[in-house]
Amino acid sequence: MSPVLELKDIRRVHGKGNTAVHALRGVTLQVAQGEFVAVMGPSGSGKSTLLNLAGGLDAPTSGDVVVEGTVLGRLSRKQLAAVRRRSVGYVFQDLNLLPSLTAAENVALPLELDGMSPRKTRRLAMDALEEVGLTELAPRFPDEMSGGQQQRVAIARALVGDRRLVLADEPTGALDSQTGESVLKLLRARVDAGAAGVLVTHEARHAAWADRVIFLRDGEIVDTSGPLAQVDELLPGMPGVRG
Amino acid sequence: MSVKHGLLALLQRGSRYGYQLRTEFEHATGGTWPLNIGQVYTTLTRLERDGLVRALPESDGGQRPYEITEEGRVEVALWFASPISQNDRPRDELAIKLALALTTPGVDVRAVVQTQRTGTMRMLQEYTRLKSTAADAGDLAWRLVLDAMVFRAEAEVRWLDHCESSLVRYAPVGEDTTPKTRTPNRPQETDIDQREASAR
Repeated sequence: MSPVLELKDIRRVHGKGNTAVHALRGVTLQVAQGEFVAVMGPSGSGKSTLLNLAGGLDAPTSGDVVVEGTVLGRLSRKQLAAVRRRSVGYVFQDLNLLPSLTAAENVALPLELDGMSPRKTRRLAMDALEEVGLTELAPRFPDEMSGGQQQRVAIARALVGDRRLVLADEPTGALDSQTGESVLKLLRARVDAGAAGVLVTHEARHAAWADRVIFLRDGEIVDTSGPLAQVDELLPGMPGVRG
Repeated sequence: MSVKHGLLALLQRGSRYGYQLRTEFEHATGGTWPLNIGQVYTTLTRLERDGLVRALPESDGGQRPYEITEEGRVEVALWFASPISQNDRPRDELAIKLALALTTPGVDVRAVVQTQRTGTMRMLQEYTRLKSTAADAGDLAWRLVLDAMVFRAEAEVRWLDHCESSLVRYAPVGEDTTPKTRTPNRPQETDIDQREASAR
C-alpha cells in the first residue's frame, strides 16, 4: 500500500548565501494509512517546518512532498488549496476558531469553502462533532465553551469530511493533562479508523500515543522509536541516522 | 516502597496465605512488579518476627494463612500517612551512567543519550498502550500505577533532552570553544553551522 504522506529527501533553506538557515537537511519519511507518527525535537530543530511542508503550507527548497500519490510541488496554487481543504486536516495549538460562528459552523467551514452543499456540510459537521463527543454543543459559540471543548471543536474541524491526513502541532497546548490526553485519544482513534497522522510535540507522554516517534535535531532525523513489536521493521527504514 | 508494606496493606483486607498475597500484589500493580513466592514467605516470616502479622493454623489443604496484628495496622496507617523519602528509592543508575560516560574518554555521550531516549520512549509507548486497554477495563488502580510509570518515563525523556541540549553547549576544558566574534574576512556562518563545525 502506498503511503498517505511521503517526504522524499526534503530540504528547506530559509534565506540565501552566508545567512542561510537550514531548517531541514534531507528528511525522508513515510506515513502509511493507519499509522500515527510523532515528531519530537528541541526548539528550532525543524518540527513545525516539517509539518507545514507536509500540509502544503510551505514548499521545500528541494525534494518532494507526496500526499496520497500527488506531488504537491507540481500543483497549481488552486489545486494545492483544494488538496489542503479536502485531504489534510490541521490541529494547531492556537485553535483558530472563528468567534462569530457556532461550533457546527466552524466545523463546516472548510467544506463550505470547498463548495459543498449546505445540507451536506451540516450533516458532515454533525458527524465530526459526534466523533469528538460534542453533539450537544453544536449551536454554541466558542466563548461559551471551555478550552478543552474548543480544542475538540478544532479537532472536529480538522477531521470533518474524509481527510486522510491529520497534522497536529502541539494540539494539547495549555490543556490540563486529562483533557490533553483526550485530545490524543481522538487523534489516535481517527488514525485507527484509517487516516494517517503526524503529531508535533515536545511532550513525550503525548508522543507515546504514536506508533513511531522520530527525533529531529538541526533539521535531521537522528532517532526513531517504534513499539517493541515493530523494531525489526523499522530498522531498515531509518533514514538520516548517523552511523 | 517495600514489599513489606504492600503485603501488610493487603492483609488489612483479611487473612491471606502466601500465594493469595502474591496474586493480589501483582494484580494491584498491574503485573509490573512480579514477586517470587520465596520473597513473599521471607517477608511474612520477618513480619511475624516483628509482631506485625501472626500465623494462623494450617488449613486442610496445608496452607498457612496470616492475619495482621494491631501493631501491623498501625504500621500500615503510618505508611500511608508518611511521604516516601528519597533514600528509600533505588539510586538512579542512568544519571550515574551518564556522569561516567561524560568523564570517560572515547565515549560518545550523545549516542548514550539517544540510545536511552529511544529505549525510554519505547517503554512509554508500551505503557500508553497498556493504559488504553486498562481504560477499557475500567481498572482505576492499575491505570494510576501505569500513569506513575508514564510520568516517570516522561520525566526521564525530558531530562535526556536537557542533557542533549547541555551537551551541544558543552566544551570540555582545554578544547577550543566556538568563537563568539566573527572575523571580517571569514564568511559568516549560521549558529547551526557553527555547532556542526565545533562537533566535527
